[in-house]
Amino acid sequence: MAFSNEQLERYSRHIILQEVGAKGQKKLMDAKVLIIGAGGLGAPAALYLAAAGVGTIGIADADEVDLSNLQRQVIHSTPDVGKAKVLSAKESMNAINPEVTVNTYQEFVDASNITDLIADYDFIIDGTDNFPAKFLINDACVLSKKPFSHAGIIRFKGQLMTYVPGAGPCYRCVFREPPPPEAVPTCRQAGVIGAIGGIIGSLQAMETVKFIIGKGDLLTGSLLTYDALKMEFRKIKLPKAKNCAVCGESPSILKPFDYEQAVCKL
Amino acid sequence: MDDFAIDESIDITDVVCPVTFVKAKVALEELEEGQVLSIRLNDGEPVQNVPRSIKEEGHRIIKLADNGDGTYNLIVKKVENQGET
Repeated sequence: MAFSNEQLERYSRHIILQEVGAKGQKKLMDAKVLIIGAGGLGAPAALYLAAAGVGTIGIADADEVDLSNLQRQVIHSTPDVGKAKVLSAKESMNAINPEVTVNTYQEFVDASNITDLIADYDFIIDGTDNFPAKFLINDACVLSKKPFSHAGIIRFKGQLMTYVPGAGPCYRCVFREPPPPEAVPTCRQAGVIGAIGGIIGSLQAMETVKFIIGKGDLLTGSLLTYDALKMEFRKIKLPKAKNCAVCGESPSILKPFDYEQAVCKL
Repeated sequence: MDDFAIDESIDITDVVCPVTFVKAKVALEELEEGQVLSIRLNDGEPVQNVPRSIKEEGHRIIKLADNGDGTYNLIVKKVENQGET
């Protein structure tokens, strides 16, 4: 496949990089990435991956844009309030890069649909905001042998890790199971600084790009945590758990399932 | 001067930095080790920078010929980059 002059110009800063080059850019253009959640994490990840020319980007989110989202979900704009988030996201992504195919899934991702949803994609980004969804994505990706980027943000803190089948622990190796609902702060109590999504979601985009082009070291076997108030990053090495319920030696989880979702209504 | 047969030719006189180098780099990526690329480029910024950038990528500059019309022909032999992993 030859690049057009316009593509050479659009992606020139990638192609110039020795680690990317024309080959890496072609890999990006052939790649298929699914982003689950078009919120604080998904917004920057989707924008950077679209800008990078990732050929096919799926985005799943059941919600509509709310005014309270706009403080951090930079893919949506004020006129988008009330619009489906996936549609608003697609418009922003295609405004940046019309070459990118954006598949939208305006639905709740649960055990009934996640396996089909991830089947067509090379890499999954977890941009969700709750523990049941994070465990669901982990289990489904482990069972379907799909690499994915986990991340979470709250208040001034964020964390991420990358799962690649056969390399390092999964999210469940590290966290075992969701915390009891009473231990999880309600949406009202928690709050989140907008830029934390920008930082952690951009790091997820970075991991995705590195995975696609096959360069550098991924956060497999490490959890990166960031504390914005202390301005501290920590990279914590984590082993695979032999007795992990989904990726261990004798797994008890053989298909994705849903934990009960703590209800939060403001 | 080496003997060489040109395997591929490109003209980058219609573009400006950094697309000049980008086009040359893409053309080189498509060649096999040891093949030779001829690049027609403009005097000034392109002739100052493109050969240098190509050299930094590890390729071998065989010749830079002045065409006498404000353009040059740069002859490059592709060297597979060892540093690339």
